[in-house]
Amino acid sequence: MIGLAHYLTVSAILFTLGVLGIFLNRKNIILMLMAIELILLSVNINLVAFSAYLGDLTGQVFAMFVLTVAAAEAAIGLAILVIFFRRRGSIAVDDVNRMRG
Amino acid sequence: MHPVIFIVFLPLLAAIIAGLGGRIIGKTASKVITTGSLFVGAVLSWPIFFGYLGGSAEEQVVPVLDFINSGALSVDWALRVDALTAVMLVVVTSVSSLVHLYSWGYMEEDPSQPRFFAYLSLFSFAMLMLVTADSLVQMFFGWEGVGLASYLLIGFWYHKPSANAAALKAFVVNRVGDFGFSLGIFGTFLVFGTVSIPAILAASPGMAGSTIGFAGLRVDTMTLLCLLLFVGAMGKSAQLGLHTWLPDAMEGPTPVSALIHAATMVTAGVFMVCRLSPMFEVSPTALSVVTYVGAATCLFAATVGTVQNDIKRVVAYSTCSQLGYMFFAAGVGAYGAAMFHLFTHAFFKALLFLGAGSVIHAMHHEQDMRFYGNLRKEIPVTFWVMIAGTLAITGVGLFGVGFAGYHSKDAILESAFASGSVHGNIAFFLGAFAALLTSFYSWRLIFMTFFGKARWAGSEHIQHAVHHVEEHQEDMAADNDSAQDHGVKMVEGTAGYHPHESPLTILVPILLLAVGAVFAGFVFHGAFIEPESGEHFWRGSIAFSEHLAHEMHGVPAWVKWTPFAVMLIGLYIAWRNYIRVPGAPAAFVAMFPGLHKFLMHKWYFDELYDVIFVRPAMKLGRFFWKRGDEQTIDRFGPHGAAFAVGIGNRLTTRLQSGYVYSYALVMLLGLIGAATWVFWWVR
Repeated sequence: MIGLAHYLTVSAILFTLGVLGIFLNRKNIILMLMAIELILLSVNINLVAFSAYLGDLTGQVFAMFVLTVAAAEAAIGLAILVIFFRRRGSIAVDDVNRMRG
Repeated sequence: MHPVIFIVFLPLLAAIIAGLGGRIIGKTASKVITTGSLFVGAVLSWPIFFGYLGGSAEEQVVPVLDFINSGALSVDWALRVDALTAVMLVVVTSVSSLVHLYSWGYMEEDPSQPRFFAYLSLFSFAMLMLVTADSLVQMFFGWEGVGLASYLLIGFWYHKPSANAAALKAFVVNRVGDFGFSLGIFGTFLVFGTVSIPAILAASPGMAGSTIGFAGLRVDTMTLLCLLLFVGAMGKSAQLGLHTWLPDAMEGPTPVSALIHAATMVTAGVFMVCRLSPMFEVSPTALSVVTYVGAATCLFAATVGTVQNDIKRVVAYSTCSQLGYMFFAAGVGAYGAAMFHLFTHAFFKALLFLGAGSVIHAMHHEQDMRFYGNLRKEIPVTFWVMIAGTLAITGVGLFGVGFAGYHSKDAILESAFASGSVHGNIAFFLGAFAALLTSFYSWRLIFMTFFGKARWAGSEHIQHAVHHVEEHQEDMAADNDSAQDHGVKMVEGTAGYHPHESPLTILVPILLLAVGAVFAGFVFHGAFIEPESGEHFWRGSIAFSEHLAHEMHGVPAWVKWTPFAVMLIGLYIAWRNYIRVPGAPAAFVAMFPGLHKFLMHKWYFDELYDVIFVRPAMKLGRFFWKRGDEQTIDRFGPHGAAFAVGIGNRLTTRLQSGYVYSYALVMLLGLIGAATWVFWWVR
């Protein structure tokens, strides 16, 4: 029988992978966006798992909201990426340091 | 309202209008307003003066405003009018209005005339405040006001470094005197509990013989107070020791020299001593100091005046010397004679200065007399008024009729002798010798300027004028600085230059002053110095001594003839050396090089002060600046803080790598830290 703990474990693993993907990845901004999606999805799993466990639909409603926001965010992120690539000719993360103080 | 209110405050109003609104109303309107205010003052002043002459006017105090009312100290603005004030009102407003008029012509080409006229009117206001003062504090207000105006006017051509230096010097040297004056006022308040002049004078005789602690010593109260106040007078009136600023003040425009540094401001010290004469009478010690300082100044300035080559400096040293006469007259108790000499001197010295200005104007701003010569036919009006001024200052006159200086200077010398005291006698002999020198340097000025052969060709100013006639209107200040510097090439010849007589705005004032220089002595000597009429005129406004005035007439014949004799001797020496045997001065200098050098260096006063005061002060200032300020306060204060912030900045900028993943890592660490804190410590 698959219980709450399994869901939470999978979610935690995905979250950790997402976080590591953000700051271990030095190559590609697209990978960074994907890592963010991964984090959001792990949160979604948490929400849905607790919703099922507690018999409360609010969590699932929230999951739908998070998905919507994630989709919008991905669209905006990819659009920025396209413009960025046009200007700089590269999407390597190491080249993106214009915010240096 | 009493007319004195208008006399005093119209110049202030004019100064404000011309000074602040000069750009709006234009230069002609500024000149009309300022000059007009002074002419109104002069027209109102003369009737007041004649009122006292005729004996119909009473002493009056016109209240204006409350000023300070704190505890026992009560000072009000009030204008005091008595015979002494009336004399000064006439002198100040007359000379000032004529100088205003003169400046129309003299400052014609200057770009900032409204400023000049505003300063002149401001000066007149401050001087009138000084002479109408009813309390020492108000007198101090006027005192500082004239000091300020003097500073502004000496430095009027502020783009000349030498003018700025001279203005600063005048201000700083006057600070020394003013420090003494303010100590004197504090002491007076301490002793008498009031600063009102009549109250002080009334209480003074009662303080005779009392002592006061000062600088750890017990000293005579009245002597101390009088000497402190006299230090102020020495500073303002350029007496020996504090005189160094006056010759340098000649950097200012010539009308300023005539008004401030000859006729009015520098006589403020004499006025103050006369105003406080009942106080000085209580302390014989103070009076003898006044006499010695006056006599020493008189001699010193006359000796230095004999070797000056700059025409304005000759007249400046002459002023200094004449102020010495006034002081020793006051010192021997002849206050009437002191004020009389102040009165006549105002006319003939203003005349000499304005005449010198007219010569300078004609000679294209050349001030060095070595480049003059033979000007009497070119500028005859100026020549004749200068002769009148010279006859007045040298004291030409016989059997009770003479030019202005004859009446006043002879009265001073005779009173000094008649006083019978040791210091009076010393002053008489020093004064008589100074009169010889006065005659010599005054005629030397006339002979070098107006007689002999034309020596204009050597002057850079003249050459400049001849070669650049089309650029004639160039800024006058720029080519005004080198009188002492350029090598003296005594080239004879006119270099094709034609001096031009000055315009009417210049000639009218000097002609009017010439009238004063010729007649002021004869007309007014009765009121100022004669026993009965003097008592009648002054009526207690100065400590007029009828006894001394009587004694003055009883001096031996040789004393009476001495001034006339030395005048002739001085004239002869000047004539012989500068007309008959033109090579004589050079031969004399070759014979006594040491003496000449001593006089050329003005008795080494400037050099001495440079070593004693200026250089140590500069060193101390440099020490505080470099070591104290820059290397201590700045280093550990503002600069140290800025340096620490800089280091902090460099460290924190290293954190701002610009890489998104490092920011994300920091965010994660922060989140972990916050979560840890919440779980461990909060719960």
